[in-house]
Amino acid sequence: MTQQARFLPRDELQTLLDCLHENEYDVIGPTIRQQAIMYRSVRNVDELPVGWTDQQGPAVYQLEESKSDQVFRFNSSPDSWKRFFFPASSEIGTATLTDQGWQFETPPTQAPRLALLGVRACDLAAIAVQDRVFRDNEYVDAAYTRRRESALIVAVNCGTAASTCFCTSMGDGPQCESGFDLVMTEIDRGFIIESGSPRGDEILTQLPTESARSEQHDAAKSEIQNAREAITKQFDTRDVHDLLLANLEHANWDDVADRCLSCANCTMVCPTCFCSTVDEVSNLSNTEVTRVRQWDSCFNIDFSRTAGGIVRDDTRSRYRQWLTHKLATWEDQFDTSGCVGCGRCITCCPVGIDLTKEVAALREMTS
Amino acid sequence: MRKKNRVMLLQRTEPWAVTAARIADIHDETPGVKTYQLELSDADDRSTYEARAGQFNMLYLPGVGESAISLSHLTQPGEPIVHTVRAVGNVTQTLARLSVGDSLGVRGPFGSYWPIDSVRGKDLILVAGGIGLAPLRPVIDFIRSNRGVFGRVCLLMGARTPADLLYQDEYQAWRSDDIDVQTTVDRAQSDWQGHVGVVTLLVNRVGIVRSDRTMLFCCGPEVMMTYAIRAVRERGIPRTSLWLSLERNMNCAMGHCGHCQLGPHFVCKDGPVLRYDQVNRLMRVDSL
Repeated sequence: MTQQARFLPRDELQTLLDCLHENEYDVIGPTIRQQAIMYRSVRNVDELPVGWTDQQGPAVYQLEESKSDQVFRFNSSPDSWKRFFFPASSEIGTATLTDQGWQFETPPTQAPRLALLGVRACDLAAIAVQDRVFRDNEYVDAAYTRRRESALIVAVNCGTAASTCFCTSMGDGPQCESGFDLVMTEIDRGFIIESGSPRGDEILTQLPTESARSEQHDAAKSEIQNAREAITKQFDTRDVHDLLLANLEHANWDDVADRCLSCANCTMVCPTCFCSTVDEVSNLSNTEVTRVRQWDSCFNIDFSRTAGGIVRDDTRSRYRQWLTHKLATWEDQFDTSGCVGCGRCITCCPVGIDLTKEVAALREMTS
Repeated sequence: MRKKNRVMLLQRTEPWAVTAARIADIHDETPGVKTYQLELSDADDRSTYEARAGQFNMLYLPGVGESAISLSHLTQPGEPIVHTVRAVGNVTQTLARLSVGDSLGVRGPFGSYWPIDSVRGKDLILVAGGIGLAPLRPVIDFIRSNRGVFGRVCLLMGARTPADLLYQDEYQAWRSDDIDVQTTVDRAQSDWQGHVGVVTLLVNRVGIVRSDRTMLFCCGPEVMMTYAIRAVRERGIPRTSLWLSLERNMNCAMGHCGHCQLGPHFVCKDGPVLRYDQVNRLMRVDSL
């Protein structure tokens, strides 16, 4: 923290939004769309899901009215912040047929100035994971890097947890430790707000904050403690890398393949999954072509197609690829787990497959 | 302001940039296989493009897509880029319908390369199956230009039929440079005088006089590579002397799209040329 924690009264939350706008940020925050928390451009606190929370479980996601007037009482949702740095669809180049043959161009990498409001500890961990894939890697994704570095991150410490949350097992939550410009903890009548960067300092000094009293500090601590205690899901990650890779032919892969629909939902909601493919979008005469990079999934049959055939041609091999990549080979590749414990893949799996239970089953059967 | 592409050539900050190239020559090889000479349109690109044996380019046909194709000849800067391509998917079948003078896009070079320098003073066994000879051809080029620094060199080549033996017009020249070229086919007509059977049979018969100083480079169908490697392993060549070029779905070529993974490896970036001890356990797992 570069500055001391301050108290921002709840009725000054609009001032925070206005301040971010005045600093030329487009504020992206939680809103309710199609009965789910979705991150959208927000200008007014009325657009935030005040008084809403959620019930989550395997294949269950349900928004409910909470008894509190808190703004950030909800947990992770089908939406994630991934698409703001790594869009689900983005133009990577064009080809134009001229008298001299094909001419190729790359679009400029202009990035919007976004302020992401309400990023949780698991989300910060997910952003750090994707940084390793797209930014701090042998090849650099310039568009990702530009978007990432243009964004201001306003994190929020969790005061609650869903039954699918397991950030404590993955070691990245519920308290935000780093990777934010500002961090807020919601307490009675307002927020404890702290800065984590010079850019955060700049915003914080423009806000009508008060010095935080010790009982407000205590209230913030107990909110985070409440979240920690609300996390009931435990994921035993001991030696998970070796456990999975030593059991690539285990019968449990057949068992999960019987349940898995290979629908790719888990990979679409996962805040770290980074697979993509390129679509060719052309005019009818095929003289103007736009190359569009789209999110892809290792659950799609064509994903592993080669000239010799499809490498992973059944659900068993595709689920195994997803889980062993996420929890094992990701470590070899990026020196971190690919899982942050947000639980989205459990909530959004239409048949309620829980990756932590699949690992636990394998552990039990092989011990 | 859009930026006009310059070839990226190991420029790791703009790996999606495509550079224009023109087909300078097309040579029919075997049924369904042609060798293309590509000339980069930009003079600066032509004079700076350099690749190593075993690397690949992404060849791009707008509106169709990209395909990862190995360099099949090592060219000096300024010379055309050479690719031998089998028409088997959307991109390569469309490429097969193009003519001299047509244009396309190129990104590259990408990937790892054959460890030619570590073969100096040693014996080398090259094992190729079908189109798998194309990525090994730059190795043969290099050996022929520097024959004195290598020990015994043999090429064991398998194909479906005699007509599918790639570059067969050149075998005589390779033999005259003291490369022991042996061939076998799966099926043959009565006029075929050579071997019939899998390439492993040739591996079993090849003379290995010093297994600790013999290396193997291998490219072909995975099952063929598995058997060829098993055969030389039985004859005492250590795992760390065995290298293979693997095929996976390479979509971005920079380790970002996820398609080409084999266990911890991004085959596009960590491969396509990998040492056997890095992949032997993974290759034994079906559909990994």
